[in-house]
Amino acid sequence: MNNTQYKAPASVEKAIELFSGAEIGGKLLAGGTDLLVQMHSDMIAPALLIDLKKIPQLRAIEKEADGYRIGAAVSGVELMNHTGFCTTWPGVMDGVKLIGSLQVKGRASVGGNICNASPAADSVPPMIAAGALATVVGPDGARIVPVEDIGVAPGRNSLQQGEIVVSFLLPNQLAGSGGAYQRFTPRTEMDIAVVGVAVNLTLDKAGICSHARVAVGAVAEKVLLVKQAGDALIGTRVQDDATDNLVTAVRAACRPIDDKRGTREFRVQVAGVLARRVVATALERAKGSGQNP
Amino acid sequence: MKRTMKRTMKKTHVSTVINGDEIDFLCDPSQTLLDVLRDELQMTGTKEGCGTGDCGACSVTVDGVLVCSCLVLGVEAEGAEIQTVEGMAGPDGDLHPLQRKFVEHVALQCGICTPGLLIAARSLLANNPDPSEQEVRFGLAGNLCRCTGYHNIIKAVLDAAAEMRSA
Ligand SMILES: Cc1cc2nc3c(=O)[nH]c(=O)nc-3n(C[C@@H](O)[C@@H](O)[C@H](O)COP(=O)(O)OP(=O)(O)OC[C@H]3O[C@@H](n4cnc5c(N)ncnc54)[C@H](O)[C@@H]3O)c2cc1C
Ligand code: FES
Ligand code: FES
Repeated sequence: MNNTQYKAPASVEKAIELFSGAEIGGKLLAGGTDLLVQMHSDMIAPALLIDLKKIPQLRAIEKEADGYRIGAAVSGVELMNHTGFCTTWPGVMDGVKLIGSLQVKGRASVGGNICNASPAADSVPPMIAAGALATVVGPDGARIVPVEDIGVAPGRNSLQQGEIVVSFLLPNQLAGSGGAYQRFTPRTEMDIAVVGVAVNLTLDKAGICSHARVAVGAVAEKVLLVKQAGDALIGTRVQDDATDNLVTAVRAACRPIDDKRGTREFRVQVAGVLARRVVATALERAKGSGQNP
Repeated sequence: MKRTMKRTMKKTHVSTVINGDEIDFLCDPSQTLLDVLRDELQMTGTKEGCGTGDCGACSVTVDGVLVCSCLVLGVEAEGAEIQTVEGMAGPDGDLHPLQRKFVEHVALQCGICTPGLLIAARSLLANNPDPSEQEVRFGLAGNLCRCTGYHNIIKAVLDAAAEMRSA
């Protein structure tokens, strides 16, 4: 049994010093909506909790030259209240808004959602579809990691000893871009995705798709970026054949578990259905989107 | 086992403002804000249904943000402004319009969910004074009630909203 200690450092450097210095059992705390549930059920008993919410960089939402940068510990409600971010990244917000109740979103961060590495986490597919890049800082310096490379398996991420995700950059998109995320759950609210699909695409002036990324959640040990699915749309007008090819590619990538919440066959089937639906929504949004942000 | 553990732990001193009063407390760093309110401060208005963020019975606001107090650590409340159900009625015991309408519409039976619902409803109306029925249902989706079937709760909130708008 260990006595838990709590520290709330004010800088990334201090947090890394504490985190890499803590022999074992140090845990990073963002909104705590995964961590405190794990502590409550005695799954973990951290010796040291390092609260990241007092570090300004982890709490900022900023429009930079290259795109929007959001701090890893920004809460869902903070994003929902940021009109600029919401209008630029509606697909990401589709996912964020699905994270638990308003109470949960008052605390839950996208950084925690990604680092917790649940294959069913709702903000992860749209962040991957958006091409979001994480800035990860550790004792050996900083590195940039695409979001699809963070989750490895349920509860396990690719961060090295002492590393912290500081922020995510969502790179600028061209005019004519749109994204969407949808999930299937047995209930409409407060449930875990059985399948979730996100797309982000760009149409050029002639209506031809010039860029598309598709990510699928809850159908493998981690959220998958399905390159073939995005490629099926590129160079097309995103009509019948192209979307059929997209659906085929999405289904081919699925390797889901079989459980009481959804059989294998069901999850594979639904992944294709959702892929078609999110593309329809993303197209509408792309057509409605004005200037390059 | 947990109980003896708590006693031997080094406590942290935390200063907060709760319902407008400056309140300091000592807590162990792994203790939730919910446990601090109920066990250290004897403010038992805030209820525990699940302890895991699912039921909303423990809803409070921290610096104006609606949260589940079972998913907040007591130590995180340092310097924060907290609102609980104990702060809803006026100093002379006058019920808040939401509380009055809950009584009028019989929006409670056992009452375990009520403090959380009142706090969540007040937070909803602060952001949106004229919500539609659907907005109220979505706004309160994080609060479970095993008794009422929700219908009277929604009616009470809509009625209170109308009264608060005309006040
Ligand atoms: C009732 C309830 C309903 C929920 N419903 C959903 C849902 O529908 N969809 C969904 O996707 N999720 C859901 N969740 C889970 C969701 O709230 C979390 O995944 C949340 O997004 C995690 O963020 P957090 O800030 O709370 O992280 P924390 O709990 O603080 O941390 C989560 C993990 O990530 C690590 N971590 C956090 N920040 C960093 C960082 N910057 N760098 C490195 N590691 C870090 C922590 O050490 C910890 O291991 C639900 C949770 C609850 C309690
Ligand atoms: S006790 Fe906190 S949500 Fe149920
Ligand atoms: S009145 Fe009993 S749980 Fe709501």
